Amino acid sequence: MTATLPSGAGFTDAVGQTQALFRVLMDAMARPGSIGRMPFDLAPPAPLTPELAAIALTMADQEASLWLDPGLSAVDAVARYLRFHTGAPLTDDPAQGAFALIGDPRHMPPLDAFSQGLEDYPDRSTTLVIAVEELAAATPDNARAFVLEGPGIAERAAFIASPLPDDFRAQLQRNRARFPRGVDCLFACAGRIAAIPRSSTIIGGV
Amino acid sequence: MSAAETGPTHGYNFAYLDEQTKRMIRRAILKAVAIPGYQVPFASREMPMPYGWGTGGVQVTAAIIGRCDTLKVIDQGSDDTTNAVSIRKFFAKTAGVATTTHTAEATIIQTRHRIPEHTLKAGQILVYQVPIPEPLRFLEPRETETRRLHALKDYGLMQVKLYEDIARHGHIATTYAYPVEVAGRYVMDPSPIPKFDNPKMNMSEALQLFGAGREKRIYAVPPHTNVRSLDFEDHPFRVQQFATPCALCGAEGVYLDEVVLDDRGGRMFVCSDTDFCEERRAQGFTGTMSPDWKGEGANGGRQANER
Repeated sequence: MTATLPSGAGFTDAVGQTQALFRVLMDAMARPGSIGRMPFDLAPPAPLTPELAAIALTMADQEASLWLDPGLSAVDAVARYLRFHTGAPLTDDPAQGAFALIGDPRHMPPLDAFSQGLEDYPDRSTTLVIAVEELAAATPDNARAFVLEGPGIAERAAFIASPLPDDFRAQLQRNRARFPRGVDCLFACAGRIAAIPRSSTIIGGV
Repeated sequence: MSAAETGPTHGYNFAYLDEQTKRMIRRAILKAVAIPGYQVPFASREMPMPYGWGTGGVQVTAAIIGRCDTLKVIDQGSDDTTNAVSIRKFFAKTAGVATTTHTAEATIIQTRHRIPEHTLKAGQILVYQVPIPEPLRFLEPRETETRRLHALKDYGLMQVKLYEDIARHGHIATTYAYPVEVAGRYVMDPSPIPKFDNPKMNMSEALQLFGAGREKRIYAVPPHTNVRSLDFEDHPFRVQQFATPCALCGAEGVYLDEVVLDDRGGRMFVCSDTDFCEERRAQGFTGTMSPDWKGEGANGGRQANER
């Protein structure tokens, strides 16, 4: 390692740690609403959170571009860190990113601003990685919780993620209505990860 | 960045595939899980085994397996056939993972054409080797058209095919690779498993991943997902029935293989799932052709079959 490298270290064991994190992501996606745990920490430049950095380093590369929200893209060190560790092209068009890193979910673009995939190729859609400040399991009767039904869920799953835009629940319901097109959301906070894929039905009013 | 020599075999990355390939496969798996039953195209690599020997399943397993996993590989239910043995050795050598033949001990089970008799649990992953992932392929050879049919959820062709079975044979004659509808949306080829195994896919607690190497497709069924075998109201889906129990362990309600014993018509029917059969025999169950056959009623009418 030399002084020309960007600040912030990557994985110490890229093979083992990316595999472990991928399994957490896959499990989260396969069991929507369940909370998975990331087994380790990275130290990326702020405001990029360790969770966002770890997911980007695990999933992105020269074939999978990243979109950064304005708060992240404004910091040059973040872009340099991601470019160095992933080699992924950074895009400023949310509809072009294979993965979108969102550090400030209060002001995130609407879900339909991202790539929705095509009817023939619904897999060509953006996966959103959202850094929230609160992520916790909840009971389905909790008014703040996202209550989910669908593939991967035995009966109902519920969890709390915040902050998010006020109309996020309605956005998720519209996203579900577009199925099989639509985006898939990962929420990350303090070593915890949960997912709402497009296949999940969001219960409850707006 | 990568620890190139972490596996027990030097010169290869952990689990054979390079990290960039694994990321590409992992991205496909993540989308496959999010869109149950939809076939995600992926850049299938050449593997050190020919197409048709499970290159799709091997690539999926290589992309998900970790050092703490315990791998089981079956070929038509058997742990001991060439395909299963060589794939198990492949991962023992390139990933150094623990292997097992016991279904309950495995975290990842790679399978060719069977689902184990033991009910799979949460936390287990079943990886299927798939030859032809497109259920509509023999009805419509053009990829552009089948893709459109999936997009439009137009599965009339498949219903017509099943109807023609009934018109010709009086019943649905499809016995393996029996098409299923996943989560009320995509029609999916469950790979050439006997239709006997189809009900095990429905609401399974295990994650099911499908890899087709030659055809370059990955698809998935998450746990607790509705998997419905296509049928008609007046011709409901039915699984095969066997007239006799397993000749070695006496199990009923399990899938049996026919074994020809001589050239005078001698034959026996035994569990296709060798691990299931061995466990039962170890528990003292016997069948008509086992050396210590105790006669009718020896198993006390008990059936260890969990399904």
